[in-house]
Amino acid sequence: MRRALDALVQLGAPSLLVVAVGLLSTTASPANQVYFLNALISVAIVVAIYVFVGNSGVLSFGQISFVAVGAFAAGVMTVPLDSKRGVLPTLFPLLRNHTIGNVPSLLLAAGIGGLFAFLVGLPLMRLNGLAAGIATFAVLEITHNVLTEWTSIGPGATTLSLVPESTGPLQGTIGALVVIAVAFAYQRSRLGRQLRASREDSAAAAGVGVSVHAQRLWAFTLSGALAGFAGALLVHQLGSITTNEVYLELTFLTLAMLVVGGLTSLWGAVVGALAISGLDSFLSQAEQGVHVLGLKLDLPSGTRLVFLSAIMALVLILRPSGLTGGREARLPWRRR
Amino acid sequence: MILGVLDFQTLTDAVGLGAIYALMAVGIGLVFGVLRLVNFAYGQLVMAGAYTLAYTSGWPLAASIVACFAVVVALSLAMEISVFRPLRGQSPAVMLVTTFAISFLLQSIALIFDLRNGQLGEVAASLTTLAQPITVFGAQVREVTLVELGVAAGVLLLLALLMLKTTIGLHTRAAASDFRTARLLGVRANRVILFSVVLSGLIAAAVAVMMTVQLPLVTPDFALRDTIVVLVGVVVGGIDRLWTATLGGFTIGFVSGLINGLLPTDKTVYLPSAVFALVILVLLLRPAGLFAWGRRAAVPDRV
Repeated sequence: MRRALDALVQLGAPSLLVVAVGLLSTTASPANQVYFLNALISVAIVVAIYVFVGNSGVLSFGQISFVAVGAFAAGVMTVPLDSKRGVLPTLFPLLRNHTIGNVPSLLLAAGIGGLFAFLVGLPLMRLNGLAAGIATFAVLEITHNVLTEWTSIGPGATTLSLVPESTGPLQGTIGALVVIAVAFAYQRSRLGRQLRASREDSAAAAGVGVSVHAQRLWAFTLSGALAGFAGALLVHQLGSITTNEVYLELTFLTLAMLVVGGLTSLWGAVVGALAISGLDSFLSQAEQGVHVLGLKLDLPSGTRLVFLSAIMALVLILRPSGLTGGREARLPWRRR
Repeated sequence: MILGVLDFQTLTDAVGLGAIYALMAVGIGLVFGVLRLVNFAYGQLVMAGAYTLAYTSGWPLAASIVACFAVVVALSLAMEISVFRPLRGQSPAVMLVTTFAISFLLQSIALIFDLRNGQLGEVAASLTTLAQPITVFGAQVREVTLVELGVAAGVLLLLALLMLKTTIGLHTRAAASDFRTARLLGVRANRVILFSVVLSGLIAAAVAVMMTVQLPLVTPDFALRDTIVVLVGVVVGGIDRLWTATLGGFTIGFVSGLINGLLPTDKTVYLPSAVFALVILVLLLRPAGLFAWGRRAAVPDRV
């Protein structure tokens, strides 16, 4: 009974936060709605990264490659057929002559993200520590290079546009909830627990029969599928995208969100994503001047990034284990 | 086939870039040795030095260079005291992500400073004459390439002497191989860390001076891409030891120099992918580093 309650809180608290953001987005003006949608998509991406990085303890800079692949797969396949031949004339005929709907494109992105992650992870998951970090970074570079140059599978270096903007409050909220639910189910499953054991002590976990390589590979694949799905949500929100939008900056920002929230918990991933994107939205409003508690706050332009990075650094220096301390959500009177 | 299109100038430029990257690798490797911290913000030390050179370009050359060294070393010390020290002993992921944040912080501050005059980028032009080619043994070489090679060789030699022949060098090496035991034997943690941080700052300043010769336009992302490439090189070479890290830095600088020298054609647009695929291959075959011969893979501490 107690365990069931704990589990309910662990899943319920992040879900409630996401639903609250989704509801708030419906009350916001169209101009401000984009901030809430960004926050929801950040949650999806950061939780996808958490599934691998948080559970395995292995730092990966490569998860944004799966976001990129998912975004471009979903984007290219949903450009309406009548304009596709005009804007993407160099595509393979198979891609150029077919278009799929919104939901199939989300599933396609998840499938391709997962498949790509599996193929990449097969050799890479043998690596540890910094070698793993650099190798996954190399995957990001290769993905970016190929997506930017190969015009038979996408727009290349130009902007992919005319993608249906189907990620509104509803799709954003449901998408983020799906990613959270999958991540939660995974971390409580037998596989997830084996991987978390290997994070705490990989030699001891191997000693009791955990195949660290296999467990990391499953998590990497699942994380890739969720990242691809999140990429599809992203492209359907933006409507147009370039390869540079799913590259280094997004990698650093999403990793920072995860670490600021607390690397080792789902709650940390969600709180970190919402806190940083909330702060970012507030600061960009403040650059235009906002009223807070009766005071007029008007930041000089360009100071948004200064404050954002300074606050991130400060949180990490004062609370290195993140805002949540890397613990799951729990009721206040059940602190241990 | 690719070598056919390379001219001598490209080759010497690549060697020069290798020398600069080797120095950056030393700067990153020194701090990693004692703190186990990958300093992603290292490039912003170089950037700060480059801006100092740009803003002091009206001064006499020597004063401008001294100012650059002073600013970079001060910034390096400030980073150690305000960021690295509170984070000592934290997990590598937390330390690395904090240096991301510091890197973005310094870039965004630089952007505000830079945009005061309404346009992006400042010119550090006091040393650009060194970019002129001169003739050595009948071949055209940029003067700066010779300077880069000379400075890199000098710095590495001096560093080797410092590390091998002085007490503080011995302490630093001891701390880099096993900090806890070194402290038990009387090595003062703060001293060796300050020593490494100051040295890595001095090296960053030297890199800033040399980089501005070929890239006089200083922007907030100055040396950002270089840092990333050097980090890749350092890990590929073997980050656990200073000389393998240095060699890794040189190698990746040399290779990047050759690639930059090629004009992009249909056949070379995927060259970066090929290089990074090679990086992955090397890491899979030699996870401890390409040049880390004869050492077992690192065994985690068991207490």
